[in-house]
Amino acid sequence: MNEAILEKLKVLAESAKYDVSCASSGTTRKNIPGGIGNAEGWGICHSFTEDGRCVSLLKIMLTNYCIYDCAYCINRRSNDLPRATFSVSELVELTIEFYRRNYIEGLFLSSGVVRNPDYTMERLVRAIKDLRTVHRFNGYIHMKSIPGASEQLVHEAGLYADRLSVNVEIPTEQNLKLLAPEKDHASVYKPMSFIQQGVLESKEERRKFRSAPRFAPAGQSTQMIVGATDESDKQILYTSAALYQRPSMKRVYYSGFIPVNSYDNRLPALKQPPLVRENRLYQADWLMRFYEFKVDEIVDDRYPDLDLEIDPKLSWALRHPEVFPVDINKADYSLILRIPGIGVKSAKLIVMSRRYGKITGSALKKMGVVMKKAQYFITCNELLVHTVHEASPEYVRKVLTEKKLSKSKLIDQQQLSLIFD
Amino acid sequence: MIVFRYDKTFEGLLTAVFDAYFRKTFPERLLGADDIEPMFADENFAVITQPDKAARVWKSLEKKLSPGACNMLTYVWLSEEEGSDELLFQYIRKTVDSKRSIETNFADEVVLKVHKLAMKVSKERLRMIQFVRFQKAADDIFFAPIAPDHNCLPLVIDHFKDRFADQKWILYDTKRDYGFYYDLKTVTEMTLETSALFPEGKLDETLMAEDEKLFQQLWKTYFKSMTIKERINPKLHRQLLPKRYWKYLTEKQ
Ligand code: SF4
Repeated sequence: MNEAILEKLKVLAESAKYDVSCASSGTTRKNIPGGIGNAEGWGICHSFTEDGRCVSLLKIMLTNYCIYDCAYCINRRSNDLPRATFSVSELVELTIEFYRRNYIEGLFLSSGVVRNPDYTMERLVRAIKDLRTVHRFNGYIHMKSIPGASEQLVHEAGLYADRLSVNVEIPTEQNLKLLAPEKDHASVYKPMSFIQQGVLESKEERRKFRSAPRFAPAGQSTQMIVGATDESDKQILYTSAALYQRPSMKRVYYSGFIPVNSYDNRLPALKQPPLVRENRLYQADWLMRFYEFKVDEIVDDRYPDLDLEIDPKLSWALRHPEVFPVDINKADYSLILRIPGIGVKSAKLIVMSRRYGKITGSALKKMGVVMKKAQYFITCNELLVHTVHEASPEYVRKVLTEKKLSKSKLIDQQQLSLIFD
Repeated sequence: MIVFRYDKTFEGLLTAVFDAYFRKTFPERLLGADDIEPMFADENFAVITQPDKAARVWKSLEKKLSPGACNMLTYVWLSEEEGSDELLFQYIRKTVDSKRSIETNFADEVVLKVHKLAMKVSKERLRMIQFVRFQKAADDIFFAPIAPDHNCLPLVIDHFKDRFADQKWILYDTKRDYGFYYDLKTVTEMTLETSALFPEGKLDETLMAEDEKLFQQLWKTYFKSMTIKERINPKLHRQLLPKRYWKYLTEKQ
């Protein structure tokens, strides 16, 4: 290791940073004798960038040379930017030394396409195989599978990686082809089903022989770029819902388009990435994964795009006043989850506590319920203000969206949390 | 007002519970040996810590509470927050007096307070796992100084012992001036003779391993290049990465 590596690291990190996924969750693994590292099951962020993103893994490209020319990517071949390539041993040493200092949970490895997909994929696989087998690295590894890679290489990758991902990037094939002429949906969805297959087969095998190798134990993830093309939120969320049908699909990430190649007139001219929309999509995604919402309850033909002003759960509640008010002391958990202002945590606290006696408004507040929102949608022991019926959905909406005057502040608040309150 | 004085140890607190039930008088305040006497103290009882009494109280708690709730009590103790001992005393008393466990009755103020304080400590425990930074010293020991708000280093020992089983390390609480040393086999508590070895949270350069500086530089470079300028959000940044930890974060030094 020497100073020259600094420059390489800079180039290859710059090139990798636009992939938003950074999670290190999904695998729990104790260390092995003589090995280094373990995996904690829940993702650990070791730092946060100045834009507030979690730094969990060393997110890096093996090389940023690329023969493809995807319009939304800074590494496209027609861009004139510094290029670099790591050797396997450089990458391995960097990963391990960062890990030993508790900078990272592990590695997130991707690559530009050199020569052809399989040639590239093979180099990636060699790097992670080296880490696992020669250096006994036992931390987390996420590897981005190259679109169009062969089944055999995907299978090998799954033996060493905790998680594999193939990015959808653009939800409709037509738009994908427009922006990334060398790619098509088959090149994305095929490797995805190889991964799915690998995960299922390994589960089956391990049921028979406990020593059978694990295959990508943290499953797969993918990413869609939001706002580079004209898809509606409905198209995006329906794509996500379909992806979540695969049991191995753990996370869909949404990446507000950052205009990196503004000279390309196939791309929209954006002053700023669509961060509010991105956040609303994440909230909708949460509703599907943790709040028992079906996708057609969130978006449909009448409401193909998410409301930017209010979160999708409140938006649903205001469209369905007939469901409310909900009795905090009696209703099922799943109905309590649907009350605006109540998150998963407080819903659980409510259900546990009410066995001891009736719950009052002030107890709700202490349990973390945002009464400002919830008050219109609940009944509990005491009389509260008007319900959404008496006050009308329009009024509630107005009250709850007041104050948010300056736009910058709005964005600020949106970015603050992905969690509902 | 009834006041108990005790030695401000966890065992002492449990002994105080034992004595209170034995004497059938329950303190309104728990004070350390040197705390100032409150104005209206009618009774002042000095608890003498006795491990067997403490063990009996703990055992009966273990019978009534789930392991999770018992853990919570430890966390609250390690919070070292003003009044947390009195809170624990109330919680334990409620537990003892109630037929079934009170631990999930969050409508009860004491239960909720204990839960919240335990969560706070648990959150900082997680932050230790996230934000501790090791610096490799010339003698191959990886050294990590940190100053947590709560006394939560004891809660992360197992994590680091498993994760970094093949490297020697020291985790050091600079605020409480003690730490833990792992020698590839066991972890022992220790106190350094001087903190001059790491002014400003950074190991003195003469004590660093040969390539330590390079790796610190590499990490800083990496951290910088990860930022997406179009999305910069300093408020969020500070919320996620509280300023009080920056001193010990390599990327923020
Ligand atoms: S193949 Fe990947 S690295 Fe190459 S231009 Fe497309 S998105 Fe960028």
